[in-house]
Amino acid sequence: MLKHESIETNTGLLIILTLVAIGIGGLVEIVPLFYIDGTVEEVKTADGKDAVRPYTPLELRGRDIYIREGCYTCHSQMIRPFRDEALRYGHYSLAAESQYDHPFQWGSMRRGPDLARVGKKYSNGWHVKHLTRPRSVVPTSIMPNYPWLMEHDLSYGDVKERMLALKQVGVPYSLTQVEFDANVEKFGKEVAEKLDISKADENLMAQAKSMNTDGDSNRITEMEALVAYLQVLGTMVDFKQHDEHDFIKFR
Amino acid sequence: MAEKDPITGVETTGHVWDDTLQEFNNPLPRWWLWAFYGTVIFAIIYWTIYPSWPMGKSYLKGVGNTITYKTDAGEEVTTHWNTRALLQYEMQNGEAALAQKAELAKIASASYEDIAKDADMQAFVQSFGKGIFGDYCAACHQTGGVGVIGSYPNLTDDAWLWGGEAADIENTIKNGHIGNMPAHKGVLSEAEITQLGNYVLSLSKEPSDAALAAKGKVLFEGKGSCFACHTKEATGMKALGSANLTDQIWTIADVKGQKSAEAELAAVKSVISNGVKRQMPAWKSRLDETQIKVLVAYISSFSSK
Repeated sequence: MLKHESIETNTGLLIILTLVAIGIGGLVEIVPLFYIDGTVEEVKTADGKDAVRPYTPLELRGRDIYIREGCYTCHSQMIRPFRDEALRYGHYSLAAESQYDHPFQWGSMRRGPDLARVGKKYSNGWHVKHLTRPRSVVPTSIMPNYPWLMEHDLSYGDVKERMLALKQVGVPYSLTQVEFDANVEKFGKEVAEKLDISKADENLMAQAKSMNTDGDSNRITEMEALVAYLQVLGTMVDFKQHDEHDFIKFR
Repeated sequence: MAEKDPITGVETTGHVWDDTLQEFNNPLPRWWLWAFYGTVIFAIIYWTIYPSWPMGKSYLKGVGNTITYKTDAGEEVTTHWNTRALLQYEMQNGEAALAQKAELAKIASASYEDIAKDADMQAFVQSFGKGIFGDYCAACHQTGGVGVIGSYPNLTDDAWLWGGEAADIENTIKNGHIGNMPAHKGVLSEAEITQLGNYVLSLSKEPSDAALAAKGKVLFEGKGSCFACHTKEATGMKALGSANLTDQIWTIADVKGQKSAEAELAAVKSVISNGVKRQMPAWKSRLDETQIKVLVAYISSFSSK
């Protein structure tokens, strides 16, 4: 029998047993979510494909910049199922909508507004102005200026490696023909093309060119990546196509 | 255990550190202990009533605690307690939600004239409209709709590029607009742009060179083809969203904000040289008909008409 005193006087053992005790608490809360049916809702588009897709290479780099700049310290991405939140931000967030986020950006601090459905709410031009100098469009804003986003060229030499890393944890980016075909089946051809790791660079450049938020089509800036990411947030599920019951039944 | 401290006579834990340092083993205060037992009992009741422990692929769903809501299709569904069903129930039965729904229904079936005249509907428009305007419109058009000169139009000044009647505003919100004035740098010479600048300033009775302005007028109505969008009288066209240049209201060049006549001219010339490209997004897929109606009524109340 392990004596109280022998734990208290042995720091190493105390640390290990403390970690075990905390570990049990965490595992009991987290692990069941991996095997309970319906934790992640099944959300399909009208033609039977998955509504929520992984990020395109440009959006993915934008997400990295979102994390680098610490946007999550002031902005949450989690609309809770309350009436006041529904009125302000839109439909509550689904688990499905952050299933490809590693790590997710739910956050808990709202010094700024929730961004879970900010996509397509404001124009690209507005985002550029706002990120560069928030007070030029929202005089009462307390958000800092991010002028360097427009000055820095986006570094995307390692975007393939980033996609590979996410693939390791289960995000369905495709590398082989078999995986590509599976993505065509799951998301449709158009989306599957964007998830093809071997075409990451071309896809990234093409998307940045089509946005061209910085006014110079020869440059790809960090601004373009971040705006591409912000503009896709919360836009993948078309809630008009669904009965509310479709989502409630998963709980 | 059960060793006693020789001085105080209090029971100690029997652990000794640094030769003599010992820990008293005082009993917990009675009130604290019972409060603790209370929380344990509370937890067990809570587990029983609300969804709690995982069980295989499912979980304990709570006993005697159900919510009945209607699906969008109108079917009644009863389910175990969960926050999503609770929200749906509240949206369908909550006092505030129903009151708001009733007001919105009233707005939906009323004409804009009626909404403007009816104090009750107007009060609703002012509060509900303020909320959605603040969320969707104020990011560009600013709180109260004062806009940003050079970027986003002022909605309070009675000068409407795309028309200020309720039907016009409704169309603008639903379908958006693309405002485009071509750049004239390269098409016109620097001297010609200066002449045009003087003419445009003269239209609004700002200080200008009369001789240059006269030349500018010829360009405006001829080679510069400014009249094609702004009309010969320079009063603008609603269908194209071209600005009235005679109303002394400046939306792109910040003429009123300049300190000297030279700076005013430079501001106007910059617009003629570089043109204007801006876009009002379409909102019909994001906002529903009634929300747009409230917004139109709210925005209409800004102007003095």
